[in-house]
Amino acid sequence: MTSERHDATTGEADGPRHILRFDRYDRFLHSFLMLSFLGLAGTGLPLLFSEMRWARVLARLWGGFVVAGVLHRLFAIILIAVFTLHLWRLLRRLFVQKDLSILWGPASMVPQPRDVIEMMQHFRWFFGLGPRPPFDHFTYWEKFDYWAVFWGMGIIGGSGFLLWFPEVFSAFLPGWMFNVAMLVHGEEALLAVGFIFTIHFFNGHLRPDKFPMDLVIFTGRVEAEEFAHERPAEYERLLAAGAYDAHLTTPPSLRARRIGRIAGTLTVTVGLALVVLILYAFFS
Amino acid sequence: MIRWFRTARAALLLTALAPLAAEAQSLSTEDCLACHGDAGLTHADGRSLAVDPGKFAGSIHGAFACVDCHMDLSATVDLPHPEQLARVSCAMCHDGVVTAFEKSIHAAARNGDPQSPAASCVDCHGSHDIRPSTDSASRTYHLNLPDTCGHCHGSPDIIERGHIEIGDVMSLYVDSIHGRALTRSGLVVAPNCADCHGSHDILRLKDPESHVFRANVPATCGRCHQGLLHEFAESVHGEALSAGNPTAPACHDCHTAHDIQRAETVTWRLDVIRECGTCHTESIRTYRDTFHGQVTSLGFVRVAACADCHTSHQIFPTRDERSSVGATRLVSTCQRCHPRAGENFVKFDPHADKENRTRNPFLYHAGRFMYSLLFFVFGFFGVHTGLWFLGEIRERRRRGNGRPRS
Repeated sequence: MTSERHDATTGEADGPRHILRFDRYDRFLHSFLMLSFLGLAGTGLPLLFSEMRWARVLARLWGGFVVAGVLHRLFAIILIAVFTLHLWRLLRRLFVQKDLSILWGPASMVPQPRDVIEMMQHFRWFFGLGPRPPFDHFTYWEKFDYWAVFWGMGIIGGSGFLLWFPEVFSAFLPGWMFNVAMLVHGEEALLAVGFIFTIHFFNGHLRPDKFPMDLVIFTGRVEAEEFAHERPAEYERLLAAGAYDAHLTTPPSLRARRIGRIAGTLTVTVGLALVVLILYAFFS
Repeated sequence: MIRWFRTARAALLLTALAPLAAEAQSLSTEDCLACHGDAGLTHADGRSLAVDPGKFAGSIHGAFACVDCHMDLSATVDLPHPEQLARVSCAMCHDGVVTAFEKSIHAAARNGDPQSPAASCVDCHGSHDIRPSTDSASRTYHLNLPDTCGHCHGSPDIIERGHIEIGDVMSLYVDSIHGRALTRSGLVVAPNCADCHGSHDILRLKDPESHVFRANVPATCGRCHQGLLHEFAESVHGEALSAGNPTAPACHDCHTAHDIQRAETVTWRLDVIRECGTCHTESIRTYRDTFHGQVTSLGFVRVAACADCHTSHQIFPTRDERSSVGATRLVSTCQRCHPRAGENFVKFDPHADKENRTRNPFLYHAGRFMYSLLFFVFGFFGVHTGLWFLGEIRERRRRGNGRPRS
């Protein structure tokens, strides 16, 4: 993380200047988040839409429901590992590095009054009634995405464990919990899959400003100009604090951009295909 | 016993007729075969008039003279005899079976329509070459009967001309467990057509006397499946059926009539769920909401289907202590797949209905909550995304299509 920043001061000569937004650790976690999420969706959706032909085909593609079930649990373990590593990092920043900025303030994911204000301003901008809000490090929709994962982890993860080990949990939980677990696991999955593969994809990649793809989650880097345009509050804040230069970094390597394009295209394609299949199921 | 009686009666008849024949100097079998033994003998219209002497001699009627059946020639001495002979009456000797046949669906079809291709005696038994059904060369030998019936019931042409509603049952039968056992494994204990339908007394399906009339089906199947007959008769289905409930299932409602599959096959185990669901529409709807129902719907059978919990033939209402899903036996039933299932485990409702507030209050409210959540999240972000898209398009137009830079 620190090494990536200091590289910038020495070796950048060609290409526009870049700001480091996501360090290696976060990029690594997000790539496994993507992998496990796609895997969970691909192995789980056939059950939810079991009466559809495509669901049968998909279940057979995995090698039958037993294999799909094993893979689903494997992807779940990967996702839980990602989640745990992220929590571990937060706890380290909080208790070891004594970095309280993650609890409140512009660099924090915690929803704050400014998020409500920025959302209202954003709506005004949608209608051309005001300027684009001066976003800082995390916008309100990014915070929603982030906390949606927390909520989803609790709901889907919890119900998933109940359904994974019903005999163990039924030793102390009433039977109706398993009926509820079955329902919310599916419905929350539908919410998560639908949200990520439409809203999150749009916000991140498919809206006109980002189309066809924003590589920042793969390369970790955003062009300095784009950064200043998108997050003017953060830009001003860093400049004022004299911390701007410390955030500068090298341009993304060709390799990183290639991997990002391939992984991103694959993920968006698979995700949108699943959305089409879900919509087809709803309207048939 | 009956066979002995018939033979004796035939012998008596022979002795009684013999002096009469001798007296009248009627035609002997040899006289007839002098012409009809010629394999090339044909009627003016091309029909063969040949009788194979060997086959006739080997037939069960080989000891009779031709004129014993073709009685209108019994007094004839001049040859050639008149072309048009009377139809042979089998009832002369076989009065019992012919009486039964006269009431049958085949006879009814023939009576109603002289051109009907419906079977008469000779269509199943042959004419000059009739052998006892115990003879493996007989058309009515146990293993040969399906081919004999299939001559019509497997022929698209005859099925159409005879208006046989059920269609080509022969092709279904040969692929069924019964048909395979008989035609491929050569099992004489496997049922042929007559074992279920009877032979001479085959009646319409709707006839209460028919072997395959709905209420009679269990008894018909039970002639072989005796153990199951007893189990089924006691069950909620069996009791309703014998009480005359027209919606109660008989064996064939689940197993089909001619297409009966091995109970272990994947197709059968998946198909029978749908069969249960044709009557138990609510139960199958709620079953499909569970993991069990989803996995079977995907085409896999490793999870519980209806019969795995409810049994197949010993189905009772849950309040009946014999029920596999009644309070006393539910734990042991679930334990067949979930060995560590306990009292809490079996409180899981495998037919929970998320729309039913009384039966599943927690599930109902969880469902309402989830739908509201989905509605508001997608509703809000749907609008948000749409407006955002329009906003950016507008912004780009204003900037002249360039990628926005600060």
